[in-house]
Amino acid sequence: MILTKAQYDEIAQCLVSVPPTRQSLRKLKQRFPSQSQATLLSIFSQEYQKHIKRTHAKHHTSEAIESYYQRYLNGVGRNGAAPVLLDLANEVDYAPSLMARIILERFLQEHEETPPSKSVINSMLRDPSQIPDGVLANQVYQCIVNDCCYGPLVDCIKHAIGHEHEVLLRDLLLEKSLSFLDEDQLRAKGYDKTPDFILQVPVAVEGHIIHWIESKASFGDECSHHAYLHDQFWSYWNRFGPGLVIYWYGFIQELDCNRERGILLKACFPTDIVTLCHSLA
Amino acid sequence: MAAVLESLLREEVSVAAAVRWIARSAQSSEVTAPTRPQAWPESAFRDDPGEAAALSSLRPLRKEFVPFLLNFLREQSSRVLPQGPPTPAKAPGSSAALPGRPGGPPRGGRGARSQLFPPTEPSSTAAAEAPSARRGGRRRGPGPGRERGGRGSGGLEEGVSGESSPWAGGRRPRGSGSPGSPSLARSDPPNLSNLEEFPPVGSVPPGPAGTKPSRRINPTPVSEERSLSKPKTCFTSPPINCVPSSQSSVPDTSPWGHGLPPGCRSLQEEREMLRKERSKQLQQSPTPACPTSESGSPLPSRTGNLTAEPADPARVSSRQRLELIALIYSSCIAENLVPNLFLELFFVLQLLTARRMVATKESDLEPIPGALDSLESPLFQSVHDCVFFAVQVLEHQFQVLSYLDKGTLKLLAENERLLCFSPALQGRLRAAYEGSVAKVSLAMPPSAQAVSFQPETDNRANFSSDRAFHTFKKQRDVFFEVLREWEDRHEEPGWDFEKGLGSRIRAMMGQLSAACSHSHFVRLFQKQLLQMCQSPSGTGGTVLGEAPDVLSMLGADKLGRLRRLQERLVAPQSSGGPCPPPTFPGCQGFFRDFILSASSFQFNQHLMDSLSLKIRELNSLALPQPEPSDEDGESDVDWQGERRQFAMVLLSLRLLAKFLGFVAFLPYRGPEPPPTRELQDSILALRSQVPPALDVRALLQQGLRARRAVLTVPWLVEFLSLADHIVPLLDYYRSIFTLLLHLHRSLVLSKESEGEMCFLNKLLLLAVLGWLFQIPTVPEDLFFLEEGQLDTFEVDTVTSEQGLDGMPVVDQHLLYTCCPYIGELRKLLASWVSGSSGRSGGFVRKITPTTTTGLGAQPPRTTQGLQAQLAQAFFHNQPPSLRRTVEFVAERIGSNCVKHIKATLVADLVRQAESLLQEQLVTQGQEGGDPAQLLEILCSQLCPHGAQALTRGREFCQKKSPGAVRALLPEETPAAVLSSAENIAVGLATEKACAWLSANITALIRREVKAAVSRTLRAQGPEPAARGERRGCSRACEHHAPLPSHLISEIKDVLALAVGPRDPEEGVSPEHLEQLLGQLGQTLRCRQFLCPPAEQHLAKCSVELASLLVADQIPVLGPPVQHRLERGQARRLLHMLLSLWKDDFQVPVPLQLLLSPRNLGLLADTRPREWDLLLFLLRELVEKGLMGRTEIEACLGSLHDAQWPKDFSEELATLFNPLLAEPHMPEPQLRACELVQTNRGTVLAQS
Repeated sequence: MILTKAQYDEIAQCLVSVPPTRQSLRKLKQRFPSQSQATLLSIFSQEYQKHIKRTHAKHHTSEAIESYYQRYLNGVGRNGAAPVLLDLANEVDYAPSLMARIILERFLQEHEETPPSKSVINSMLRDPSQIPDGVLANQVYQCIVNDCCYGPLVDCIKHAIGHEHEVLLRDLLLEKSLSFLDEDQLRAKGYDKTPDFILQVPVAVEGHIIHWIESKASFGDECSHHAYLHDQFWSYWNRFGPGLVIYWYGFIQELDCNRERGILLKACFPTDIVTLCHSLA
Repeated sequence: MAAVLESLLREEVSVAAAVRWIARSAQSSEVTAPTRPQAWPESAFRDDPGEAAALSSLRPLRKEFVPFLLNFLREQSSRVLPQGPPTPAKAPGSSAALPGRPGGPPRGGRGARSQLFPPTEPSSTAAAEAPSARRGGRRRGPGPGRERGGRGSGGLEEGVSGESSPWAGGRRPRGSGSPGSPSLARSDPPNLSNLEEFPPVGSVPPGPAGTKPSRRINPTPVSEERSLSKPKTCFTSPPINCVPSSQSSVPDTSPWGHGLPPGCRSLQEEREMLRKERSKQLQQSPTPACPTSESGSPLPSRTGNLTAEPADPARVSSRQRLELIALIYSSCIAENLVPNLFLELFFVLQLLTARRMVATKESDLEPIPGALDSLESPLFQSVHDCVFFAVQVLEHQFQVLSYLDKGTLKLLAENERLLCFSPALQGRLRAAYEGSVAKVSLAMPPSAQAVSFQPETDNRANFSSDRAFHTFKKQRDVFFEVLREWEDRHEEPGWDFEKGLGSRIRAMMGQLSAACSHSHFVRLFQKQLLQMCQSPSGTGGTVLGEAPDVLSMLGADKLGRLRRLQERLVAPQSSGGPCPPPTFPGCQGFFRDFILSASSFQFNQHLMDSLSLKIRELNSLALPQPEPSDEDGESDVDWQGERRQFAMVLLSLRLLAKFLGFVAFLPYRGPEPPPTRELQDSILALRSQVPPALDVRALLQQGLRARRAVLTVPWLVEFLSLADHIVPLLDYYRSIFTLLLHLHRSLVLSKESEGEMCFLNKLLLLAVLGWLFQIPTVPEDLFFLEEGQLDTFEVDTVTSEQGLDGMPVVDQHLLYTCCPYIGELRKLLASWVSGSSGRSGGFVRKITPTTTTGLGAQPPRTTQGLQAQLAQAFFHNQPPSLRRTVEFVAERIGSNCVKHIKATLVADLVRQAESLLQEQLVTQGQEGGDPAQLLEILCSQLCPHGAQALTRGREFCQKKSPGAVRALLPEETPAAVLSSAENIAVGLATEKACAWLSANITALIRREVKAAVSRTLRAQGPEPAARGERRGCSRACEHHAPLPSHLISEIKDVLALAVGPRDPEEGVSPEHLEQLLGQLGQTLRCRQFLCPPAEQHLAKCSVELASLLVADQIPVLGPPVQHRLERGQARRLLHMLLSLWKDDFQVPVPLQLLLSPRNLGLLADTRPREWDLLLFLLRELVEKGLMGRTEIEACLGSLHDAQWPKDFSEELATLFNPLLAEPHMPEPQLRACELVQTNRGTVLAQS
C-alpha cells in the first residue's frame, strides 16, 4: 500500500486527537474502506505516538500527576468498579496504559518506603495481579486491555508482527534459493549493525544492486523513515553497500528517493529479482 | 653561452660534439664544479681537437648552455606566440627577459622560480628588475630581488651562484629586460671574451621594443603584499577570457611592459584596450591563403586576431640556422638535458600552431645583412620560420610522438602546416595513428561504495572495550553521513566544507579516545580513500583519445565546428596546463578537507603510520616476475592481468603517497619560503633533526637497485610534490633529488638495448619527474645545478637483476592517467583547429643542481633457506602466473586453514568449555563463582589441546592445496612442474598457517572461551525455559495457521470487552470464542511464526480468558440481547484451554494467575457466587498434572493476605479445604460445591 504524501496527509488529518480505543479504529476503517486495515492501524498508531511524544511532558509535571492521582482516588472512592482510570485518560487525552503507569507509580510512592524501580513497575504492568491494591489492579488491567497503542500487550503484538514478517521474508528468500545470513548469525560473528538479512550473493531488484534486506512491519511515514535511515539503513549501507527495505504496510511514495544512493523501498517482496548467473557456458 | 651557439652556427663545432660537451657537463662530477677547472679530465676532450679548443675556452659555461638555449628559444618566439595559447615553456634563468607571457598563467608561478640567478646579478638596471620580471605576471611591480636573493644564496646555490659565478652573469643581463638592454645589445656586439658583459642576445629583437611588452601582460591581478614572496596560488590559470591576445595592446610607454605598473591600471582597463586593439587587427587581418588541408585555416575563428597566418615553407628565412638549432635543441631533449620533455613538446607545438607574427614593420623582418649566421638577427622572423623549426624538432622527436594518444596523433597528422612542411613526417604520424591501439583499459571498480564491515577486523574482539566498540560504530556512521553530505553539496555555490561539516567532524574525532579506536578509524579512512579515489574517474581525470575518433566518423567538413564544441566541452576540465600544480581533484578533495577540518594530531599520526605501512606493503608487492616478454600470444592474457595489477598498485601507491606527503608536510606548509637566510638556516637546523615520516630514500634506493623505479618513482614524486619549501634543502631530501636527477638523465629514450627500461616506462618517469621539477616548492635551480656521481648510480642498477623496469608494465592509458597534463598537447592542437585559444599555460622551470651524496650501502642479502632458494629457482623459469597462482593458493589455503581450525577444533573446545561450565554451575550453585576464576580453570584445562591445531593445520593444507593449484594452472602444465608447484603451495600454506597458529592458538582459545563463559553466564539469568527446543512444526505443516500477533490482538479484544467498558451492542459469540481457541491451537502447533514473547503473552491471555470464563464475565452477543455464557459452553471452552495448556504450549503457562487475588476477585464480585467452574478447572489441572496440589495450596495460602469480603473468605475455606485434603476423591467436592449453589440448581452434565 504505497500512498502519496497527499493521501497520507488526508488520513493523518483524520487522526488528530482520536483516542486509542477499538471504537476509534472501527470508525477509521469505515472512513477509509479502501485502505488495508493493517496500514490504517499502523498509521494510526504512529500518529498517536507522535501526538503522545508531543504532549508527554505536560502529563508528567508534578502538578499534573498529583491532580490525576487525586481524581483517581476520588473516582474509585465513589465506585471502584467504574472505569475511573480509563475515563480519566480519555478525558485528558493521554494513553490509558501510560496513565495507568503514572497512577501506579504515584500509588507505590505513597505505599512503599523506597521509590519503585522501573522494573518493578514494568513487571506490575505486565501482570497487574502483582499490584498490592485490588482495585488499582483492576483499573490498570482495564487500561491495558483497552489501549490499542501502548502497553505490554500492544508491545507484544508489535513485536510479534515484526517477527512474523521476518519469518515470512526468510521463507521467501529460501523459496527463491537466495542464501543469506540472518541477524543472529551476523551478531554471532560480531557485526556491530545487523540488518535482518545479508545476502551472501547480491541480487538486483529493479536494476538496483541489493546486498541486504530489512523488513519493517509498519507503515513508512516520514518521521519513522528518517529515524530508520539515520539509525539503521545508512548504517547498513555504510557497512554492506546498497540494500532493500520492505515496509510491509506501505510507505509514502515520496520517501523512495534514495534508490540511486543505494536504499530501495518496497511494500512487498520484489518479484523481479535478477541473480548472478554462475554458469554462462 | 651565446658564444657556444655562435660557434655552432658558424659550424666551428659540430652538433654532436656540442651535445657530448653539454652532456658531460651534466654528468661528470669532476667537470661540474666551476671552482676547480684544474680537475678537468682529459677524457672530456677526446673530440676533435679543434672543436675541443673552441669549446674549451667556454668550459665554465657548459652547465649553463641548456638553460641558455631554452631561454633563447622562448625569447625568440616571443613575438610569435603572444596570442596563441600561453607558453609555459619558459626556460630557467632566462625568464627575466620574458616575463609574463601573455596568457601564460602558470608562468606566474613558474616565473618565480627562475630567479635563482638574479641575486648574484652584477649591478645594473637589469639586476634590480630581474627578480620581479622573472616572477612573470605574478609580481608585476619592479619588485626587489631581495627575498629571492636571500634564498638564492642560501642552501643549494651556495658557492655556485655567488657573484663570481661565471655563468650567472651571462644570462643575467639578457634576462634583465631593462629598457636599456636592447639598445645596448644592438650597439655592442657580443664580446665573447667578456662574459660578464655578454649581452642578452635573446632580448634583442629587431622590432621595436614595444612589441615585447605585451608578453608581460598577465591578467592575474597582483597584490602588493605578495611582492616579496612566491605567489601562493602560482599555478592557477586565469580564466580564459582574461588572456590578452594582442601584444600591441600595451603602449610602448610601458618599459618592458611590466604589464601593469602597480596600481596604475586595472585589468578591466587593460581588457578594454585589448578589445579595441583586437577589433583593429580584425579589420587588418589578411585573408588566409595557406595551403589548405581538411580542417585548417578556412575556419572562422572566434576572434579576429586569432586568424592564423598561413605558413609557407618557401618563405622560411635562414633555413640552415634553424635546422642547426633545431638539431641541437632536439639533441638536448633526447639526452634529457631539459627538465621537462613534455613542456618542450608543448612549446614546439605552440610554435607549430603560432597564428601570426606580432605586427611589425616589414622592414624589421629584413635580415640584417651578414648577420644571418649569428645570433644578431632574430631566429624566428616569421610564422614560416616558427613552423619550420617546430616541424624540424618534431621530426627528431617522432619516437616520442608516436607514443602519444590517438587523439593527439590524429590532430598532428591532420595539421595542414605539418603536412606542408614535412609530408614525410605527416605520413609517419598517420601510420602511427592508424597503428595505435588502446592497449589496456583499466577496469576500475565503480567508486563510492562504502568500505564493507569485516568481522575479522571490525568486530567486538578487535576493541578494547564495549564503549570503544560502540563509539566506533557511531563514528563509522558519522563518517559516511559526512561523506554523503559532501557528495550532495560540495558543488553547491557557497557551500563550505569547514562551515558545513567541520564541527561535526571534530566532534566525532573528539570521541576517538583510545589509540586503538584511532587505528580503526584510520583504517576505515584509508580504505575509503583508496576505494573512492583510485579510479581515474575518482580523481577527475579525463578520458582520452576517444572523441576525435567519433568526430572523424561524422565527416570532415563538420569537423571544425564539432571540434570547437568539443574543445569547449573539454576545456573546462583542463588540468591546468602542461605543468599543473599538485591538486586534490574530485573525491580526494573530501579527504584532504577532512584531514584539515579534523585537525587532529593523533589522527594525522595514525594516518601517517597507516599510509606508510600500506605504501611499504604495496611498494614491495611481488608484481610481474622478471620474465617472459618474449613469450608470445598466449602470454598476452597474463600480461593484461599483470599490467592491470601493476596499474592498480601504482595508482594506489600514488594516491597514498600523495596523502602521506600532504599530512607529513602539513605542519610545515606555508605559502612562502622563509624570508631571511638566518631564519631559513635555523629552520633547516631544526628540520634536519626530524626523521622522515617514511624512509623514502631507502625505498628509492631499493627501487633503483631492484630495477623497480617505474613503480617507486611515480609515487615518490607524488609524495615530494607536496613537500614544503624547506624540504628540498634538507640533506636527506636533497640526496633524493640528486638520485632522481641522475635517474632522469639516464632515461634516454633512444637507448634501446638489452636490459634497458621499456620505452613507456621511461616516458612515464620522464613525465612525472619533469612535472616534479616544475613544482614551485622545488628550487628552480635544482635541475641545472645537479652534479653527481653517476658511477654509483649506474653500477647499482647494472648489477641488479632484471626488474619491473624492463617489463612493459606501463601502457598509454596508465601514462595518461598518471600524467593527465600530457593531454594538454592534444588540447593545444585542438584549439588550433577550433580557433580558440587554449587557456592553459605552464610554469617556467629554472635551473639548479646540488652536490651529490652517495647512495646508501646495499643492505645485506637476506639469507634464505636452501629450499626457499630452490623454490625461487623453480619459479624463475616458469611463467609469472604460476608463481602468482602458487602464492595465491598458499595464501588463501593458509588463511582458510586458520578459519577451519577456529570452526572445528576451537569450536569443539568452546563446547567443552560450556559443558564444563554447566557442571561447575550445577555443583557450585547458580552463580558459579567468580567469572575470571572460572575462565582460568577452563583455560588451564583446554588450552593444552591447542597443540593439536598444528597437526590438524598441516593435514588441512596438505589436503586442500594441491587441488586448488591443479584447478588454477593450465591443464597442460607438465606433471613435474605441477607436482612441484603443489608441493611448494603446501609448504607455503603450512608455513603460513602454522606460524599463525603456533603464535596465536592459545590466545584464540582463551578469547573464545571467555566469550562463551560470559555468554553462558548471561544466559543463566532470564528465560532459561526459552533455551529448550524451539520452532519446528510437523513436516507436513504448511504454515497456514493464523499469525500469533493476530491471535493476541483478538484475545485482547475479548478481554477488553469482558473487562469493559463496552457499548450495549458489543459482545462475543460462543462460536467466536470456540473458533479463537481452535486457531490458538493451530498456531501453537504450527510454530512457524511464533516467537517466545508472543507465546508467553498468549499463555497469559489464555489464563486470563479462563478466569473470565470461570467468573462468568464474558458478555455473549446474541439474540435477543447480551447475556451470559451457558455453563456447558463455558465448560467446553475450558476443556479446550486445558488441552492447549497441556499439549500445545511450550512455554510455562502462568496458571497460578487463576488463583491470583485479582482473578478470584472477579468471582468475589459476582452475586451469587458460582464456584463450580473453578472447582472443575482446578480438578482438571491437578488431574492433567498441570498444577500440583501443593502449588494450589501455596496460591490459596497467599490469598489470605488479601482483603476479601468476610463471607467470601469463609466460602473459600469451606470449598478448598476438602479439595486439598482429599485429593483422590473429586466427586464429593463437586457435590459440596453444588451444595453451595443456591439458586441455579443446575446440575452440570458430567459427560
